[in-house]
Amino acid sequence: MSLAALRGRTRRSVRMMRSWPLRAGGAIVAGLLLVAATAPLLAPYDPSAQDVFSHSQPPTFAHWLGTDRLGRDTLSRMLYGGRVSLTVSVGAVFFGLATGVAAGLIAGFFGGFLDAAMMRIVDVLLAFPIYLLAIFVIAILGPSPVNTLLAIGVASFPRFARLVRGDTRVQREASYVEAARGIGAGDLRLMFVHVLPNILAPVIVTGSLLIGSAILVEASLSFLGLGLPPPTPAWGLMVSDGLVSILSAPWISIFPGLAITLAVLGFNMLGDGLRDALDPRFGDVR
Amino acid sequence: MIGFLARRAVGLAATLAGALIVVFLMVRIVPGDPALLFLGEDYSPDAYAAVRRALDLDRPLPAQLAEYLRRVSTGDFGVSFRTHQAVLQAVWAQFPYTLVLALSSLAIAVGLGVPVGVFSALRRGRWADHLTMLVAVAGVTMPSFLVAILFMLWFSLDLDWLPSIGAGDFAQPLTVVTHLILPAAVLGLSSAALIARLTRSTMLEVLGQDFLRTARAKGLSGRRVVRGHALPNAMTPILTIVGIDLGRLLAGTTVIEIVFGRPGIGHLLIDAMRARDYPQIQGTMLFYIALIVVANTVVDVSYALVDPRVRFG
Repeated sequence: MSLAALRGRTRRSVRMMRSWPLRAGGAIVAGLLLVAATAPLLAPYDPSAQDVFSHSQPPTFAHWLGTDRLGRDTLSRMLYGGRVSLTVSVGAVFFGLATGVAAGLIAGFFGGFLDAAMMRIVDVLLAFPIYLLAIFVIAILGPSPVNTLLAIGVASFPRFARLVRGDTRVQREASYVEAARGIGAGDLRLMFVHVLPNILAPVIVTGSLLIGSAILVEASLSFLGLGLPPPTPAWGLMVSDGLVSILSAPWISIFPGLAITLAVLGFNMLGDGLRDALDPRFGDVR
Repeated sequence: MIGFLARRAVGLAATLAGALIVVFLMVRIVPGDPALLFLGEDYSPDAYAAVRRALDLDRPLPAQLAEYLRRVSTGDFGVSFRTHQAVLQAVWAQFPYTLVLALSSLAIAVGLGVPVGVFSALRRGRWADHLTMLVAVAGVTMPSFLVAILFMLWFSLDLDWLPSIGAGDFAQPLTVVTHLILPAAVLGLSSAALIARLTRSTMLEVLGQDFLRTARAKGLSGRRVVRGHALPNAMTPILTIVGIDLGRLLAGTTVIEIVFGRPGIGHLLIDAMRARDYPQIQGTMLFYIALIVVANTVVDVSYALVDPRVRFG
């Protein structure tokens, strides 16, 4: 590694360490992922276990966040709900990222008719707001966890494809790509070994920001009864479940609602912090 | 200017045609038979044949597409499986409710977001800046249905100030307004938060530029510098986010209309989805997309009005 490259990397690392949104967002996201991964160890009760004699109870020592209409422990359901909501949202964005990056790389690298055709489709898909496109895909495929993941994934695909295609077009003209071609590198090697690592930074930033949107979309779909089916402990579904008794037991809806807010906040801050740190135009990190 | 408008009109037509084809194909390429998806497990052969006929599924795909395009070009989006009403007629009947909600929310979003963003930028680093941006972050991250529930709890049930369910009666305009305030506020506030954040960052960028230093050096008052020089130069990015946000706002009407029990095309779409009413889903979805694309084109044209570089670029 050259001295200049080392300096650049060190500067970027310093910027990342100094960025408080990145640290705060990273801590929230890491905390949520850890809690979701260890939910079976942390949850005090079985999330599906019903106890009709202690239904709609306010927070107590036995049930820290109260119980729902069926007497299920809200905290346990929230912990398991985090697993479901985060798996679907993060999985959906990864699906959109993988397909979008592949499509964008191919379109940007080869250009010509393939590029024009793919980008027209992407442009049309971009006219659909993520939430509306996800609703439409769910309308066709039917509600289920996998379909929710696919729906949000399909809706985030054009955002990655458009971004990667533009950056690939710039990078494919760069001298380092010409040099690699000169020493006999094939198209696949050029795309995935040389171009891809150089366009990943904005993809990562967009990905973490889109996870925040994906969590909101998944929660909205579940809330409307179009996402994850009951009795799955998903956050949006829990908010919707609590609506019936919102006057007498508001905690049933409000705690999962706050969990959604915290998760979106964490991923948005992480995305903002990563953008500040990875994009040289945002050099002055406050 | 005419050339610019013509280019935008061609782009609008191309996007709408593309959306039409995408919506059409997505319903057809689903694994399995769309007619069976609609009918579920219990159906008679007659009902099956009727659904296939209504969706034109007996013919090859290109012929189906050609027929669909022909019908759509005459304004025929088919008939709802559920209500047996013409799809477009059902959409038009609900449209005024969604339009009023979307426009009121937009007015709240811009009317609150831009001044708050400017205020925050002018007080950069002070507690007022931190506080407004904290509220803005909360506005962006809280799901709209949670804010809607909290508003209903406080303003309708606790304080009894505003009605929470329904849309009022157009014959009594005051009831329309009182029923509109909560849903428009919920939808508008999250957009206002986004607009405020962008206005702040754009204003900070503009405020640091040389021409503003010159304006201040000429002796212009702070207010004139902001109103006459900084804000007009910050308007293009703000308009961009308003354009993008319009789509989000229109899509957001679906959840809000359901939570507040308001009629509207969002409510129509969700009801159609629950009944797997494909002609209604297709038609309503296309109407939404048309609204969003037209709104974005209007925003694009307004760029040209506020920024001559767009017109001649």
